[in-house]
Amino acid sequence: MGISFGNLEELIELVNNIYSFDLNGYSRASLKRRVSRIMDLYSLDFSSLKDNLTNTPGFFNKFLIEITVNVTEMFRDPSFYIALRDEVFPYLATFPHIKIWSAGCATGEEVYSLAILLEKQNLYQRAFIYGTDINSDVIEHAKRGIIDLKKMKAYSDNYFQTGSGDSLSEYYTARYDAAIIHHHLRKNSLFSIHNLVSGGVFNEFQLITCRNVLIYFNVTLQHRVLDLLYASLALFGFLCLGSKETLRSDHLTDKFRLVNKTQNIYQKIA
Amino acid sequence: MLQVLPENLSIGVLVIIHRNAKYETNIETSLSDKCRIVVKMAEEKEYVKPATAYFAPAGYHLLMEPDHSMSLDVSEPVNFCRPSIDVTMQSVSDVYGASTAAILLSGANQDGAKGMQSIHQAGGLCIAQHPEQAEIATMPASAIALGVVDVILKNDELLTFSRQLNNYILRRD
Ligand SMILES: C[S@@+](CC[C@H](N)C(=O)[O-])C[C@H]1O[C@@H](n2cnc3c(N)ncnc32)[C@H](O)[C@@H]1O
Repeated sequence: MGISFGNLEELIELVNNIYSFDLNGYSRASLKRRVSRIMDLYSLDFSSLKDNLTNTPGFFNKFLIEITVNVTEMFRDPSFYIALRDEVFPYLATFPHIKIWSAGCATGEEVYSLAILLEKQNLYQRAFIYGTDINSDVIEHAKRGIIDLKKMKAYSDNYFQTGSGDSLSEYYTARYDAAIIHHHLRKNSLFSIHNLVSGGVFNEFQLITCRNVLIYFNVTLQHRVLDLLYASLALFGFLCLGSKETLRSDHLTDKFRLVNKTQNIYQKIA
Repeated sequence: MLQVLPENLSIGVLVIIHRNAKYETNIETSLSDKCRIVVKMAEEKEYVKPATAYFAPAGYHLLMEPDHSMSLDVSEPVNFCRPSIDVTMQSVSDVYGASTAAILLSGANQDGAKGMQSIHQAGGLCIAQHPEQAEIATMPASAIALGVVDVILKNDELLTFSRQLNNYILRRD
């Protein structure tokens, strides 16, 4: 079932009016696909979708869970993790404490990848990783530290490509069809809900990754979120964006040093 | 085909090829010297300009925004493909409707057939490469089987069409 862009605007307004939830800065093309998907999933036409959003308790939460794109991988873009290990970790190693924020962490694969990479460089003991997302479902999932074993094959390939020299299976226990991330790689991490649109600074970090999240925002919202990430970074802290996302704010380019152009890694210098 | 497009081409072109995200290829750069139009990888929130061909980056779906900028999306592969032709075609037809023209070339799965259907329903023009002349016939053949293809063109006809694309656009306006 499809909707028009006009319908979509109507929906954004409705959600804003009833739930004070602001989807206005989201890229329309992706939102439209997601809304159509929700309508298919629940067999709803546009007016019954609005009706459910207005009158069915709990439906809005289901809607929110489905509206975001949560696809993620462990060691997605292996060359990013190589750059992080070789160009950023040597700096981080000079800090007594390393606070990391994975903003838009989805089901936590990125957080656990960072944990493994840090562990491998003997840095995990000093590190603490905050994983946040707007979607309560994926946060619950991330907290469990359990990953579908079927997916581990692809993740192991990714990990192999980082040239770490060992196998990803060193870091989890396989039980039935689940891969359980080892406890010691989970203890220095915390997952919670945080909305990049409405939330503020909640800590000061040495490293922030916000990957494949900005692509779902329009340029105006990207600027705002980049300001928030900047404000959340310690001086000389690092910002990592997705491989197709850039630091597009002119007023921020002076405040960051480009560490790696292809991997979009920046260091806050002012 | 991109190589024969005239430098004063009055429209933008999106190119979706199935490529593996693991092996970064640079078709854009190697083609760009040989073409009269600009050939580049699509950047997120970049506006589509005339006389420019935008390739979808490996590992991302390419979507069209109502303000005529492009978005990238890492949602699930469609037809095992990301970028998927269906996804881009559906999104482009949402925005450009009847003024969309699509060409489906050789390929090994059914990706593109549903996308062509959307464009067809929106009143756009759907062209398929003649399956006999396609390296792998499945992709154009699937769209033809759906009954959504307006014209089937042989390779030399595809080139002629590309050369004269500007005339065609003027005629439709
Ligand atoms: C495609 S995933 C990226 C996951 C991971 N960072 C990666 O690159 O593999 C995008 C995530 O951003 C989250 N997200 C979307 N809007 C958000 C917002 N306003 N605040 C926080 N997270 C958001 C989504 O819920 C989703 O889990």
